[in-house]
Amino acid sequence: MNRAALGAAVIAAAFLAAGCGEAQQVTVYKQGKYQGKPDTQAWNNAPPAAELRGSAWNKGDRSSWETAINQRAMGQNEDNRIYKQ
Amino acid sequence: MARMKFLCDAERCIECNGCVTACKNENEVPWGVNRRRVVTINDGVVGAEKSISVACMHCSDAPCMAVCPVDCFYKTEDGVVLHDKDLCIGCGYCFYACPFGAPQFPQAGAFGLRGKMDKCTFCAGGPEADRTEAEFKKYGRNRLAEGKLPACAEMCSTKALLGGDGDVIADIYRERVLRRGKGSEVWGWGTAYGPGKAGAQPPAGGKS
Repeated sequence: MNRAALGAAVIAAAFLAAGCGEAQQVTVYKQGKYQGKPDTQAWNNAPPAAELRGSAWNKGDRSSWETAINQRAMGQNEDNRIYKQ
Repeated sequence: MARMKFLCDAERCIECNGCVTACKNENEVPWGVNRRRVVTINDGVVGAEKSISVACMHCSDAPCMAVCPVDCFYKTEDGVVLHDKDLCIGCGYCFYACPFGAPQFPQAGAFGLRGKMDKCTFCAGGPEADRTEAEFKKYGRNRLAEGKLPACAEMCSTKALLGGDGDVIADIYRERVLRRGKGSEVWGWGTAYGPGKAGAQPPAGGKS
């Protein structure tokens, strides 16, 4: 009887502990793949030639790519052009 | 960490469909497929008519990813929801699951065969090698890999459609709302005005 109760308690504890688990919210990139599908990270490409008018960043450096893309995104804020000059 | 998002300012959109045209041109999207479209709200109601440009919203917890029976979707580290057309079976579940009607299916042949799903990629291509002909043919241009933002947002004439890191475009939108004094009800008080002071209450009628 005690063993059965103990077993039930262990199983119940396992279920309760599982409820405390948290699903991964951040996508992790592994061996050239996202969730099993192959793809390259945008910052792992060389910046395009100047005539293509892309941003400039250091190949493989995520933070420099993010800085470049955020700088480009701020180009959408025409308030900068109208009110801050 | 960047989380790529679109934000359409309904106060500015003039329903020119420039974003739709830019998308079709940049990605050479086939006939019958619209990765982006402009929706009119309160159509015909004087003073209440608004337009908004809609495409895949690259959901943080995307329902299309949840329902796909062949698990062809994936999310990149910068928050873009993409899919592998080699795995897609064209079943259409994602279309039913998507609240925005983003997944599109090219019709081909006399019997209306449904092709593989096509949707907005945030101009980030697909699983093929970046900036290659193979990637372009299947998914369109990979502008993120060129350090550019989606063509629809960059081409928007009134800058109603903003694209980029969610924090950056929310800052742009917030600045506008503060300057013109309205618009917070569309995207919520937090996006329009920021976190503000602790305990501050949004005005009546404004979403939290």
